[in-house]
Amino acid sequence: MRSELDRPVQRELTRLRVNGEDLELYLPVHKTLLEVLREDLKLTGTKHGCELGECGTCTVLVDGEPQLSCLLLPLQAEGRELTTVEGLAEGAAPHPLQVAFAELGAAQCGYCTPGILLAAKALLVRDPRPSRDGIKEALAGNLCRCTGYVKIIEAVELAAERMS
Amino acid sequence: MLRLPRLRYLRPATAGEAAASLSKLGSRAMFVAGGTDLFPNLKRRQFEPDTLVQVPPLKGVRRVDGHFEIGATVTLAEAAADPGLRAALPGFAEAAGLVSSPPLRNAGTVGGNLCVDTRCNYYNMTYEWRKSIGFCLKKDGDICLVAPSSPRCWAVSSSDTAPAAMVLGASVVLVGPDGERELPVAELYRDDGIEYLAKQPHEVVTAIRLPAPEGLLTAYVKLRRRGSIDFPLAGAAVALTLDGPIVTGCRIALAAVASHPLEVPEAGAFLAGKRLTDETISAAAELAAKPARPLDNADLTHFWRKKMVRVIVERAIRQAATPSTT
Amino acid sequence: MVGKPVPKVDGAGKVTGQAVYADDIDLPRMLHCKILRAQLPHARILSVDTSAARRIPGVKAVITGQDLPIRFGILPVTQDEAALEGEKVRYVGDPLAAVAAIDEETAAAACDAIKVEYQELKPVMSIEAALKEAADEPIQSYPKRSDNIHRMVSYEFGDVAAGFARADHVREDVFFFQGSTHLPMEQHSAVATYAGGRVTLWSSTQVVHYVHRALSKVLELPMSRIRVIGAAHGGGFGGKTDPFAHEIVVAKLAMLTGRPVKCTLTREEVFYAHRGRHPVLMWVKTGVTRDGRVTAMHFRSALDGGAYGSYGAASIFYTGTLQTVTYDIPAYKFEGARVFTNKAPCGPKRGHGTPQPRFAVEMHLEKIAREIGLEPVELKRRNFVKPFSRAVNWLRITSCGLEECTEKVLTASGYANRKRQPGRGMGFAISTYMSGAGTAIYWNDMPHSEVQLKVDRTGVTLFCGAMDIGQGSDSVLAQIAAEELGLEARDIHLVTADTDTTPIDLGSYSSRVTFMAGNAAVEAARKMRALLVAAVAERMGVTDLEEIDVADGRVGEFSFEDASVLAEEKFGALASAGSYKPPRIGGPFKGSGVGPSPAYSYSACVVQVAADARTGIVTVERVWIAHDIGRAINPLLVEGQVEGSVYMALGEALMEEQVYRQGLHKWPSMLEYKSPTFLETPEMHTFLVETDDPEGPYGAKEAGQGPLLPVIPAVNLALQDALGVWIDEIPVTPEKVLRALEAKAKGEPPRFGPRGFPSVPYPEPILVEPPDPADLRVGDELELAFPMKGGGPPSAGAGRSPSPPGPPRAPRVR
Ligand SMILES: Cc1cc2nc3c(=O)[nH]c(=O)nc-3n(C[C@H](O)[C@H](O)[C@H](O)COP(=O)(O)OP(=O)(O)OC[C@H]3O[C@@H](n4cnc5c(N)ncnc54)[C@H](O)[C@@H]3O)c2cc1C
Ligand code: SF4
Ligand code: FES
Ligand code: FES
Repeated sequence: MRSELDRPVQRELTRLRVNGEDLELYLPVHKTLLEVLREDLKLTGTKHGCELGECGTCTVLVDGEPQLSCLLLPLQAEGRELTTVEGLAEGAAPHPLQVAFAELGAAQCGYCTPGILLAAKALLVRDPRPSRDGIKEALAGNLCRCTGYVKIIEAVELAAERMS
Repeated sequence: MLRLPRLRYLRPATAGEAAASLSKLGSRAMFVAGGTDLFPNLKRRQFEPDTLVQVPPLKGVRRVDGHFEIGATVTLAEAAADPGLRAALPGFAEAAGLVSSPPLRNAGTVGGNLCVDTRCNYYNMTYEWRKSIGFCLKKDGDICLVAPSSPRCWAVSSSDTAPAAMVLGASVVLVGPDGERELPVAELYRDDGIEYLAKQPHEVVTAIRLPAPEGLLTAYVKLRRRGSIDFPLAGAAVALTLDGPIVTGCRIALAAVASHPLEVPEAGAFLAGKRLTDETISAAAELAAKPARPLDNADLTHFWRKKMVRVIVERAIRQAATPSTT
Repeated sequence: MVGKPVPKVDGAGKVTGQAVYADDIDLPRMLHCKILRAQLPHARILSVDTSAARRIPGVKAVITGQDLPIRFGILPVTQDEAALEGEKVRYVGDPLAAVAAIDEETAAAACDAIKVEYQELKPVMSIEAALKEAADEPIQSYPKRSDNIHRMVSYEFGDVAAGFARADHVREDVFFFQGSTHLPMEQHSAVATYAGGRVTLWSSTQVVHYVHRALSKVLELPMSRIRVIGAAHGGGFGGKTDPFAHEIVVAKLAMLTGRPVKCTLTREEVFYAHRGRHPVLMWVKTGVTRDGRVTAMHFRSALDGGAYGSYGAASIFYTGTLQTVTYDIPAYKFEGARVFTNKAPCGPKRGHGTPQPRFAVEMHLEKIAREIGLEPVELKRRNFVKPFSRAVNWLRITSCGLEECTEKVLTASGYANRKRQPGRGMGFAISTYMSGAGTAIYWNDMPHSEVQLKVDRTGVTLFCGAMDIGQGSDSVLAQIAAEELGLEARDIHLVTADTDTTPIDLGSYSSRVTFMAGNAAVEAARKMRALLVAAVAERMGVTDLEEIDVADGRVGEFSFEDASVLAEEKFGALASAGSYKPPRIGGPFKGSGVGPSPAYSYSACVVQVAADARTGIVTVERVWIAHDIGRAINPLLVEGQVEGSVYMALGEALMEEQVYRQGLHKWPSMLEYKSPTFLETPEMHTFLVETDDPEGPYGAKEAGQGPLLPVIPAVNLALQDALGVWIDEIPVTPEKVLRALEAKAKGEPPRFGPRGFPSVPYPEPILVEPPDPADLRVGDELELAFPMKGGGPPSAGAGRSPSPPGPPRAPRVR
């Protein structure tokens, strides 16, 4: 606010790899990955609920690990593999987690869903048959206000079962 | 959408270059590592640098002659999952694993956690909110809203790993424009909510050295409302050595009860030479709780937080000593 | 189809990131809007200087209160909000100017450059302070009072004095329920365009119709020149049921600039938009006989309403009216008041006005039971309302599965034989909730819900104004239409929540969609089926229409598509419509419109906690909840609603609070406003009890709100069971538990809670003669027998002011 509009905007050519595609973008360095995904790349599947690292809604995968895109600069993510919810499906075939979430009603309003799907995907890569406590631990940075989490936990279990 | 202010962003190749550029830019610039503390603070305009200097990658958890050396940009998740650390220094590994939430720990670094800004719920608020209530000493104002008659800021040191490192007698490696020095973690902090670090602003933390002598027992107990996301309301770190049932050495340090991680040597000294019994543990915890001075600037009431210090210190001592006491 | 756990019809869009929420909308040339909000809790605005803001490059328009002077509000009786305040501000966060600029950064900088001169007034920050004379001026002038009381009501049903006289035991208690907010994950957002003299608005609202009305009023455009579309919805829980300033502001800015304008609130602003749970102070007095039968109850409430009316006039009633449809109370007196304070306005949050009294009454009855030496569950059971009866305040109960629900949770939890051990306990509580309000928010005789169907070779398209806010209302509508037409839910194309293309529905609040839109869908689909059957019968040469089966994608011997061609040949374009309007149910007295519902859902719950006497920390380990849903049209969705309600209740019981310090919200952030994470999730056991309600579609009732209610007192009672302390205040924070334990150790009453109830100048009660409990008449029959006095609106906040209640009739003693 205040005097910041007088500051020059530093732009840099930024190389990002998003959902398997290599992109070269000329970006203001202070724009967070969340903003770039949504506003520059139109990947609006990544949602936001606080922009302060407090809710997990903006979770994306960076080299397969969940991170908060609201607290990440694109330049910090250069050379790393980024995955958003749009990159979960294999072509037209949805990821088993997506199928399970839709099937069990684990997405009510669906707003927390993209972030949770990605965090769950990272979990299943690390631990293909997680325990209930393991699921809760892994997803504990992602808030949901609709489901009471029960159906989400069940959907992760179902997907894990089907994948193994 | 809350956004970052316009900033210049520099990516020096080495810690030395990073230190040099900060020393040149002075207070207009700040280091950024994972950004999990700094970015929210910038979005709320708690700092107004115009340049960020990225701490270059300083990775690796190494075991060298009886201590661990952890690169400053090792993430909290990496530290928490490191098998060697978990086995030898569970207190520190757990402290790292209890910071905030899983996605945040994948970005937040060990170095950043030691340097994390002090907190206060009159301060960790947006610019507009702070403007409404009236700016305070720590940023833009001239009084403390928690203790209006006080000339100083009482913002709370909220690092989980700092007390866990302190009880180990850990030190940090600092790189400045003119070279490297080692500083005990205990000397890294000042008792001030604003100038909370004793290092030079342009010194980069490049590593943290954690002594890990054989037989050292450690634990960290964190109190918070939710099992995830939340900062500590209080934390207790303990490092113990035992000779049979007798305590031969004990250090205790607290998180989130003062403007710096608070070591309580009296409590550790009290236990030395004694057996761990319900009575001695409780007496030590009582001593540990005495200097804790939480104020009304964090979650829940400070009366309650003060009372809880005893409880978590007792739990931390027990946890460290397990299975010896059972 | 009905009764099957079919996946949600919009599931695919939500799991792939394709669903378009309001903030995802990005239109060519779109401008971004930021709103400048009050930084003082209570002040007169002396001047607003926007000149510096206008000079900032990239700023396209700046508007203030002068540009939008017409006031609006959700209830006709409280049109007290301005999209931008021009005269005074009433809470920190009150909107007073807005900027449209090329990006958010510029808009925010422009807001910061607007200079506002204020004359400070003394803020009023508590119920007690609001009851006193205002120091300088009341927050709102329209109640025409010198204090800050907004509204008061007072009713006496039956002879309460006689009831108390008859009691063997009488007890009084005081309770406090702190306010909380909805905290939807999605921050409110709206986008407007203006083209060809028409405004189009996409918004994350629960009720497109109410936004439509407010826009029309404030923008002074006929409704035909405005289109409101509900974007994919990121969570409401009641918090997006009012029309909001930002929705009006973007429309105005689009009209001024000729460009699309978007405004997405920050998380902090969402806390200011609020409309959440009212903080309520409650006093309750009940008389019981020796064997635990309630003889009379007197209930008082004082609601902290925040700075504006919102749904408040109705909220007052909700703190009082549903007591009688939960327990059978032969004589009941209710006095309620709502005050204005300099806080964000309160309104409807899941359970609207009823979780607070539910908490109070469940705790209170438990205390009575202990005092008279009766097992609390037994005392409660002896007083359960009976199915198909009429309560003392005229509310009509149809199906009621309280007994079944209770049985289920008691058995599953092993409540009666629970191990008594310090630090672990179980609590039991029940509740009821409405399946949609019986009266509209503004007085009119139109249907509350309408559905249209179109059938042709592309299949079936269902049009309805209802907004799916995640609860699955779209899926329910599709399932109902599919059931009637012999198809699968995925065969039904849905067009919903768009005022241009869909017929009206009063929106997703008060648990009304399944019930009301569902009933309308049944009617529309049956009419469509009749057309198809008639055409097929004619072609097959069958005269008895009953012989034509409509199932499995076939109508008689034809495929659905072929049947539709036949019908189109015979009747021309195929369209049908259905609508639903609840019958009049309320009694013949003013204010009887709040509380009646065509049917009530019931729940019972047992909660098990572990409570740590050293820290006061309460951990919920297991929850058993049984919900009388009438009939589960989609058990999967119902379970989801029940689980979500339990979750939200646990948050309220233990951690969520919307509190203020030094005149402003103490912590408008997701970090400090605590909402439970995965790790706080207990084991949940959900049981659905089906009672087949005669009024509901296929017997269905509501699920989205009722199951929240019993959980909160059940948590407190479990804590009581574990540590022997009473926390008569929500939320139960660790410190309160320790304070109560300290009191206990000192030999004082083992309690934490409010000390007393302030003196409130309630009016003389309206005396209402109770109905015959067996009289179940509604609608015209009821109207004929007991005409509504003055014929006016029975609802609290509805338009025309009804005539005075007339001379009090002598109460009848039962
Ligand atoms: C919602 C939320 C919850 C949190 N909960 C916790 C919690 O429970 N416990 C806790 O301890 N922290 C918590 N944090 C704070 C923070 O995320 C962590 O402390 C994290 O470890 C900070 O590391 P970072 O690398 O992200 O630091 P950054 O944000 O990059 O930096 C933090 C500060 O340290 C300085 N700095 C960073 N690295 C160096 C270096 N190598 N040398 C010199 N200076 C440096 C920066 O200039 C800055 O001032 C939380 C943050 C959020 C947003
Ligand atoms: S302790 Fe006082 S000076 Fe420091 S941040 Fe809080 S209010 Fe400001
Ligand atoms: S948006 Fe909430 S954590 Fe990123
Ligand atoms: S489904 Fe709505 S927030 Fe999770």
